Amino acid sequence: MRAIKIIFRREFSSYLRSPFSWVLAALFLLVNGLLFQGFALGSGGGGTLSAFVLERFFYAASGASIFAGMLLSFRLISEERQNHSMVLLNTSPVKDSEIIVGKYLASLAFLALLLALSLYIPLMLKAGNKITFSQIMVGYLGLLLVGSVSIAIGLFSSALTRYQLVAGVIAAVLLLIMVFLFQFSKQLEGAPREVFAELDMWWIHFQQGFMRGVLNLKDVVYYVAVTYFFLLLSVKTLEAKRWQ
Amino acid sequence: MIRASNLTKLYGGRRALGPISFEIADGETVGFLGLNGAGKTTALRLLACDLRPSAGTIDVGGVDAIAEPHEVRKRIGFLPENPPLYMDMNVAEYLAYAGELRSMSKAEVKKRLPEVLEITDLKDVAYDVIGTLSHGYRQRVGVGQAIIHQPKFLILDEPTRGLDPVQIVEMRNLIHDLKQNHTVLISSHILTEISQTCDRLLVLGKGHMLAEGSEAELAGRKDDIQQITVLVRTGKAGDPYRGDLKDKAEGDKDKSDKENVDDSGKDAIKKLLAGVDGVSSVADLYTSPEGMSFSLATTKDCRAEVSRVIIDAKLDLLQLAFARSELESTFIRLVGGGTNAGN
Repeated sequence: MRAIKIIFRREFSSYLRSPFSWVLAALFLLVNGLLFQGFALGSGGGGTLSAFVLERFFYAASGASIFAGMLLSFRLISEERQNHSMVLLNTSPVKDSEIIVGKYLASLAFLALLLALSLYIPLMLKAGNKITFSQIMVGYLGLLLVGSVSIAIGLFSSALTRYQLVAGVIAAVLLLIMVFLFQFSKQLEGAPREVFAELDMWWIHFQQGFMRGVLNLKDVVYYVAVTYFFLLLSVKTLEAKRWQ
Repeated sequence: MIRASNLTKLYGGRRALGPISFEIADGETVGFLGLNGAGKTTALRLLACDLRPSAGTIDVGGVDAIAEPHEVRKRIGFLPENPPLYMDMNVAEYLAYAGELRSMSKAEVKKRLPEVLEITDLKDVAYDVIGTLSHGYRQRVGVGQAIIHQPKFLILDEPTRGLDPVQIVEMRNLIHDLKQNHTVLISSHILTEISQTCDRLLVLGKGHMLAEGSEAELAGRKDDIQQITVLVRTGKAGDPYRGDLKDKAEGDKDKSDKENVDDSGKDAIKKLLAGVDGVSSVADLYTSPEGMSFSLATTKDCRAEVSRVIIDAKLDLLQLAFARSELESTFIRLVGGGTNAGN
């Protein structure tokens, strides 16, 4: 636990002093603002319900969250390998799982910071008293969980290779597959269709739950489980690299 | 003590190392020698628990490195070929991070940090960002992270790599200081570095241990080539020594000019020296008004025999120098042998 804290602190402070992170933060907020303006406010005209506008905002923000999660994480291990700093972690009395969890939590915390900076948008809608805090909180929990899966996938891709570009491409492909599993499942029949649809990370678990302000335990468990799965794969990949 | 037994590492199906076995006693400074691809870095990474061996065991201070790698990592400081640095951190911050990763408390790090900055001579750049430092300073920061937790064993992989001559001397002095408190393992291509720093050498070739021992032991092996240099006065025309030599030279009976006499005398002396037991070859170095100089490659120390033969031939022995093989030639011979053995 102590090692996780040490690695978390180092990674989080690295985000805070990296120009890349702040450019990403600026883009994240800009894109969210533009999508809110054009996609949420502009989609239904002046008489649109605030709840619907909020839904559209979360719809757009989830894409930005997935993208930001990937950008924050795909370099985490590959960059360390490329810069040779991974040896410091590998030769310290630190478990591979502590390395992965420390880095994952730092990415998640920075993503949470980005999401917090975008809170002004739903709070503006809240000013009209048409929506509740719980709707906003549930939506933001969804954004964080979607981002969490994205970070775990990025981290796993990063553990696979020392080449950041390759890691980025692998992460993007995996995320595209996860996002479009539901659409893919429509081509199938019977049990496989159900399975693939349930594994989808966006259409089913986000759009039909968190985006609408509905908190389903099933959706939370799904995101936590997928995150855990990819973090576990990352740990096993690190372990395997020592044996190779 | 570090004890490696049948240590083997395979990368995929390719054997990178082993099986090799060796021991390193407490307080020793041991050098790993070998060409590129010999397995030095792999061996050091295995000892530092960066990699896991495919077979064999490593015991570090009584702890099994495979069963308890974390315990071993606490006892070992490792400076890899490329120092594991974070370019966005400052020196003090980085060293504190490295210390905390090695299970030191914040209080321990706070106490130890000034000592490490002092030892590595980094006080002036303690709050400089590592990315702005020169290569020499970065190498020092790398040493700093390796010693921050006061490990008993220190593993330095090519510590002088890429340094300029001044930095090499500074690094050599630093290593010399570190020897006082640590058991040190060094790998280097710079043979003089190893020669000046290490008590004992382990020579690797194609993943196999070719030889181990002190430099003198390796250079003085029975089958080793040693060198004797002699300076002999041959005398002038009419000198009885010259006459003896002339008689011994082949095909010089009809020669009368000075040059031919000198040549015949040279050949005669070479033949004389070549006949000494243990001399494998004789080469003439130079001829001066003082005399003729010859270099003898020998397979044993035969100084007494050489001097006796010269004196018995009624020549003046003006100088005799004996030299064991230089580390470089020893290294080349061993590694060359290893290439054959490896095949």
